[in-house]
Amino acid sequence: MTTIPRDQWYVAAYGREIGHDLFSRTVCGESILFWRTEAGEVTAMSDRCVHRRFPLSQAPSRLVGDAVVCGYHGFTYGADGACVAVPGQTRVPRTARLRSYPVVEQDSFVWVWIGDPARADATRIPRAPWLDSPDYATVSGMEPLAARFGLLVDNLMDLSHETYLHGGYIGTPEVAGTPITTEVDDAAGIVYVSRHMDDAECPPFYANSTGLTGRIARWQDIEYAPPCLYKLHSRIAPVGSLPNPDGTDPDAFHVEVVYAITPETENRTHDFWAVARDFALDDTSVSDFIAEQNRTVVLQDVAALDVLEQVIATEPAGYQELSINIDTGGLAARRMLTAMLQEPATAAAR
Amino acid sequence: MDIEPVRMLTGPGVLRVVWLPGSDQLQGTCHCGAAHVADGPVEVWDWLLAHPVGHGPGRRPDEEEPPTPGRSSPSPVPAFA
Repeated sequence: MTTIPRDQWYVAAYGREIGHDLFSRTVCGESILFWRTEAGEVTAMSDRCVHRRFPLSQAPSRLVGDAVVCGYHGFTYGADGACVAVPGQTRVPRTARLRSYPVVEQDSFVWVWIGDPARADATRIPRAPWLDSPDYATVSGMEPLAARFGLLVDNLMDLSHETYLHGGYIGTPEVAGTPITTEVDDAAGIVYVSRHMDDAECPPFYANSTGLTGRIARWQDIEYAPPCLYKLHSRIAPVGSLPNPDGTDPDAFHVEVVYAITPETENRTHDFWAVARDFALDDTSVSDFIAEQNRTVVLQDVAALDVLEQVIATEPAGYQELSINIDTGGLAARRMLTAMLQEPATAAAR
Repeated sequence: MDIEPVRMLTGPGVLRVVWLPGSDQLQGTCHCGAAHVADGPVEVWDWLLAHPVGHGPGRRPDEEEPPTPGRSSPSPVPAFA
């Protein structure tokens, strides 16, 4: 049985990955061909020729203007996926059309709709406006994960693992030792987990990037919009500093850590990560440091989850997990994902 | 000096679980205001998800609180500071 919700928006790529050439990525088990038209619009369609299934991203397939020509027999398709030419005959079969996907480029991501195109509503795509805002500096990347996407959801919903898996980077003793508050809004499709550490050790990741040393106030507010977009609103401030009543927060450093958790297949995941900050905007050494550190942290997760996937894939059925308080948010996320599997139409309508 | 992390979402149907400070217990609060203290996340979600049956989100303030099962508090418990 699948664990991947359909009738949902997923991040397929960063916009910068897609130019005027053929680009393929598998999303939720579907091989999708992308390219940017000469007008600059991103297109998304099946990466399989309707004739003999040759991948259209595979050389010698090629783009000619805004048409893709299959490298096997020359079937030619326009940017809407319709076949415009076949070899050796003038009549193009009516059914010669690639499946096209609703696609939206937003907040530096290329989002694609997996499911019934009639249900696609672009206004339901969760936002991450920092990623292309001039008020923030952003570093980002993507790592392949040889594990089911639910394991990455579990990982990110419980940040107490930072203390153990990411000690020396972002983990300090207070992360695992501070109680959390968890909120669920089913109508909005959000799980929110708050951990506010008011007097905590400053981990190297933030000491080196902000210049703060010693004790700090460190707030972590997770906002997960299942299935794909995860945001960690991170606030780093001198101990005792609070935001002003009007919402301004001049003494604090703000870091928005964004993950797009996109299933590649049932057992593989695209782990998109981005870190946006509202300080040292023009300091490339800070950008380089954060990028290197965050990628290291992501790869620590990838190594652990790749092992965990093998454990789960090879164990007898019926293993009983034990959940404790730190898992309150993760369990809420699992429930919402399960509901999406059981009622895809209802979930999409939310 | 915390600014109430228990109130980050403001929708009418929010379910909230607070890890009670100084304890290992979790307090679940329904959107209607009814609350229940549990020893773990499975129990607290089971209660929260079973509790709302029969009423939708956004109960009016002048409505009576529905009866709650188990070790529920008689009234909403204040947010921890």
